[in-house]
Amino acid sequence: MRDARGDIKRPLGLRLWLSGGWLLLLALAALLAPWIAPQDPLAQDLFTSRLPPFWESGAEPGFWLGSDSLGRDVLSRIIHGARLALIVALVAGTLTCIIGTALGLIAGYYRGWPDRIISRFVDIWMAFPPVLFAILLIAVLGTGLTSIIIAIVVIDWTRFARVIRAEAMTQGAMDYVASAQVAGRKRMGTMLAEILPNVLPTVVALLTLEMGIAVIVEAILSFVNLSISTDSPTWGGMISEGRTSVHQAWWVLVFPLITLFFTVLSFSQLGEGLKDRFDPVLR
Amino acid sequence: MTLLRSILMRLLSTAITLFGVAVIVFVVIRVVPGNPIAMMLPPGATEADIARLQAQYGFDKSIFGQFVIWLSGVLQGDFGTSISLRQPVSSLVLNRLPATLELSIVALLIAIAIGGTLALMGTLRRDSRAEGAIDISAGMALSIPDFLWGLVLILLFGVLWPVFHISGRISPALDIDFTTNFYLFEALLRLRLDVLGDLIGHMFMPALALAIPLSAIIAQLLKQSLKETMHLDYVTLSRTHGYGETHVITRDALPNAILPTLTLVGVQFTFLIGGTVIIERLFSYEGLGNMAIDAVINRDLPLIQGIVILFALIFTLVNFAVDMLYVVLNPRLRHA
Repeated sequence: MRDARGDIKRPLGLRLWLSGGWLLLLALAALLAPWIAPQDPLAQDLFTSRLPPFWESGAEPGFWLGSDSLGRDVLSRIIHGARLALIVALVAGTLTCIIGTALGLIAGYYRGWPDRIISRFVDIWMAFPPVLFAILLIAVLGTGLTSIIIAIVVIDWTRFARVIRAEAMTQGAMDYVASAQVAGRKRMGTMLAEILPNVLPTVVALLTLEMGIAVIVEAILSFVNLSISTDSPTWGGMISEGRTSVHQAWWVLVFPLITLFFTVLSFSQLGEGLKDRFDPVLR
Repeated sequence: MTLLRSILMRLLSTAITLFGVAVIVFVVIRVVPGNPIAMMLPPGATEADIARLQAQYGFDKSIFGQFVIWLSGVLQGDFGTSISLRQPVSSLVLNRLPATLELSIVALLIAIAIGGTLALMGTLRRDSRAEGAIDISAGMALSIPDFLWGLVLILLFGVLWPVFHISGRISPALDIDFTTNFYLFEALLRLRLDVLGDLIGHMFMPALALAIPLSAIIAQLLKQSLKETMHLDYVTLSRTHGYGETHVITRDALPNAILPTLTLVGVQFTFLIGGTVIIERLFSYEGLGNMAIDAVINRDLPLIQGIVILFALIFTLVNFAVDMLYVVLNPRLRHA
């Protein structure tokens, strides 16, 4: 018999390292964007338009991943685009997490009428196509960073509320909760001191997942031209442009797409890995 | 009696949900600053023209008044008139609905085919390298949303190896004189293979993009419950009768293992239908979702309302159907 535990642990560790490493790299790129980007991400120059990446003939030094139809450097735009993507991921992800978790805890632990109201809203929210809801909200709120963050929070709180409600219900029925109450803890105190720590692994996993989703939502909104003003480089905006010129300049689509792909994958894998690490049963 | 009662309760709950959706859409889009009918005014329109159009679309009334008018119309099947397309919303939406339904159903079938095959393969070769490979690829497929799969597919099968169409639903040059807008189903029924091939060439990539995440979910869940079922006594009994492993899995384990997967696939199918909005946009597929995005960009309030309500209706109906199917397939509930 082989030792099965080694088999499970090793890919887990690798997964955590790879995804964490990519996100760290991205965070550094975002922080240092003005210093490490080889070109001005907004500088247009028709003489450098649609340059191929460095290994193809016709490439220009300084435009490592080529340039788009307006002559803007793809690599520099990806690096600057990381700023917006990560801000949206962190701010929208955290806010969604706090609001959704709070509502889920209240619904799952207090039950009764708070649960009925919150669950009714979750039902209504689940009947909306999320992308259409997001586009609708942006149309109402106007484009811009704040609108995107508000739209993500308004749409995605149900992801947390649903899962945490179910977990809080399971935890609330356990003996340790009853004994905490016998020991004289208030209900609010029990919820925060007993239930919350036990649902925390799930919250963390959902949070990193949500960060990935937030990045995608921003990209989708940029893709339909409803994100930030067209001046600031966004991955979704680049993908949107690359999609239309994919037969003339594939690199304008491919590189932002790869970046987005790895970022979303990293967020979710990080969440899965952290969840396994935190899970007392698996540990 | 209990069954009838639970069905009635579910219908009531569905009605409340739909009403809630209607209220929220109504309130949200009426907060929009700017006049939605400004774009349809001819140059040199007078104040009187504006007032007349305002009255025609009911924008001169309060939000509550507008809602009451709209709701009483909806209850009679009248969803109002599209501002940008100047046609009844109900006919516009019903013309586009078949395209979206066909796309969603084909995607669901692909997901069941891929996910089911992987689950069966994983169960047949459980605790092997093959199962590990299935787990890892399902985990990856799951974490990437349909939008990104769509872009990856465009690169693979639209650019690198251009075998499929990357935009549209059907080639405009094709002569079709179909009576319905269910092109795919009608082409199948009439055995119009040229049309069928063209439709599939257009539909394959968007449907696959929608199907990949769902197929991963099906693979994981079904494999999990199959493996649990394989330990049950009746399965062991079947094995002692001398049936082969494949027979045991498909004939004995599968019918029991399928129930937990079914309920989740129901919810996931509504997510898939929701995904058609951006996938249709990505592939310029002429369905409801694509129309919805245009409606939002054009501030076409009656059309947005109609499409959102239709989506909500489909979602709640799918959930309802899955619940009923669960009751039918679960013998313990059937006789309750």
